[in-house]
Amino acid sequence: MSEISTREPLIEGNKSLKDITDDVFNPIIAKPGKLWFLGLMIAGSAALIGIIAIVLTIWKGIGLWGVNKTIGWGWSITNFVWWVGIGHAGTFISAILLLFRQKWRTSINRSAEAMTIFAVICAGLFPLIHMGRFLLGFFIFPYPNTRDVWVNFNSPLLWDVFAISTYFLVSLVFWYVGLIPDLGTIRDRMKTKFKKKIYKFLSFGWTGSAKHWQRFEVVSFTLAGLAAPLVLSVHTIVSFDFATSVIPGWHTTIFPPYFVSGAIFSGFAMVLTLLIIARKTMNLQDYITVNHIELMNKIIILTGSIVGVAYMTELFMAWYSGVEYELFAFINRATGPYWWAYWIMMTCNVISPQLFWFKKLRRSIGFTFFMSIVINIGMWFERFVIIVTSLHRDYLPSSWEMYKPTLVEVAIFVGTLGIFFTCFLLFVRFFPVIAMAEVKTTIKNK
Amino acid sequence: MKEISGYYDKEASLLSAVKSLRDNNIKIKDVFSPYPVHGLDHAMGLRRSWLPRAAFIGGAVGAISGFGFQAWVFTRAYPINIGGKPLMAVPSFIPVTFECAILFAAFAIVLSYLFKSHLGAGADNKIYDERATDDRFVVVLDTADIDNNEAEKIKSKFEDSGAMDVKYQD
Repeated sequence: MSEISTREPLIEGNKSLKDITDDVFNPIIAKPGKLWFLGLMIAGSAALIGIIAIVLTIWKGIGLWGVNKTIGWGWSITNFVWWVGIGHAGTFISAILLLFRQKWRTSINRSAEAMTIFAVICAGLFPLIHMGRFLLGFFIFPYPNTRDVWVNFNSPLLWDVFAISTYFLVSLVFWYVGLIPDLGTIRDRMKTKFKKKIYKFLSFGWTGSAKHWQRFEVVSFTLAGLAAPLVLSVHTIVSFDFATSVIPGWHTTIFPPYFVSGAIFSGFAMVLTLLIIARKTMNLQDYITVNHIELMNKIIILTGSIVGVAYMTELFMAWYSGVEYELFAFINRATGPYWWAYWIMMTCNVISPQLFWFKKLRRSIGFTFFMSIVINIGMWFERFVIIVTSLHRDYLPSSWEMYKPTLVEVAIFVGTLGIFFTCFLLFVRFFPVIAMAEVKTTIKNK
Repeated sequence: MKEISGYYDKEASLLSAVKSLRDNNIKIKDVFSPYPVHGLDHAMGLRRSWLPRAAFIGGAVGAISGFGFQAWVFTRAYPINIGGKPLMAVPSFIPVTFECAILFAAFAIVLSYLFKSHLGAGADNKIYDERATDDRFVVVLDTADIDNNEAEKIKSKFEDSGAMDVKYQD
């Protein structure tokens, strides 16, 4: 008891049940502020640029990109892995922390799950565009066809199709099941007839009956139990895209755990970026407290350190294995033409998260925001380094090449950032950003 | 009258009210609350949910059909020699089998939950009281075959247990 009472409260301001409802409901009916419109304009423009670049790529072909025969996976696959990884923090918060009964997750899980869904949408776009013939994208699914051809189940790229689509669908369902009671609350407080009708439709006829709540909890826990191994499997399978090949620098058994912790590391950085903006613009300081930010920073130290250890292990194994190609790949990473990318990755991912050992920095919102962006950049470079430096100099020196993205590739990446932030801004405007019902279970003066 | 309902603003008084009603053999029709109240299902004597079984069955069907499908494609429908590797490549089939199991399990439990609870897009369930999704706990009793005398008794039971309000509905 004494241990519990010395802890900081999960939400501040000594809220009653009604206060929580009001705090979540009011932004939905209020006119959004100038900051929101400004954000939507910037994000929308970025999305538009991206869509133009995507249409251009589909229209003219992959020749508009900087990829070549040696480096077939350029920015697009880098971005794909980066976005999928970002999504993983949402599932980590909603599923794994639920199984560990971490109550602090209740204030942040809704927006983190939304982030997962939008990030996976952005991720999925890249392989689809990268195929070149976008309209034949359905060929990747096994379906009965007149050619009597089936897909190759030996290929990790096909495993990826199954992993990412399952991940998207399960995350969507998990997110929506949690949203139903809160949408019911919004429906019951909505005054205008038309909006009430919409929220009535969205809330699936939620009543708050005891039997429904009992089932709701059972379903939430079971889904969490399913989503926890799922999220581990998804990035494991993404890492198989590399690890099952015979390219030096890719063909290592350390990839699955290394990728999963990297994913959670970068995902938490993105959650922090989003939530620090959201708490400021949506006035959620009482719900997303400095305590939440500190706890997330602790997870960043842990996962960042695992990533650091993985980098060192890779280097050690490159030397200890005695495989000259492997050793060359790593010397080339650190000192070859892409040395700058390698050292950006090392600085951002290994050194910078260690600063969070200082409590003062961990609890500083400005510093955390800055660091979250540094980590996002670092983790993007990690994928770039793994993909480009391993491919650009393989076994055969005659096929060595350099890779530089074109403006079209950059525009598509910027576009997905735009799509991501547009979706998130629309989400905070029309949906309950805080999981009201779950926060209500954690307050003391109920 | 058909129904009597008691309104509470505290979780603790709701729980004690439910307990005392059950001790007096008064049947509770339903309880509405803004969040899942810990221990309420036990106090109301609700049976354990069988929904995890739906997930298990879904998962088993997903795993078996996922694995079976891959085995069928590789050994019967479209046997193709990939670098002399065995056609029945069991380790290669594991990732897709696993994903199918998770997908089917998740959808099985969610669809069963929505179906059993009559929840779904456009569902028109009766909203007993709009405050029940905000900050009120409502206990509803079915009193179709109860006379006025007994109804009064129930009302006083509600009030004793700290109800803020008692309502009759015809």
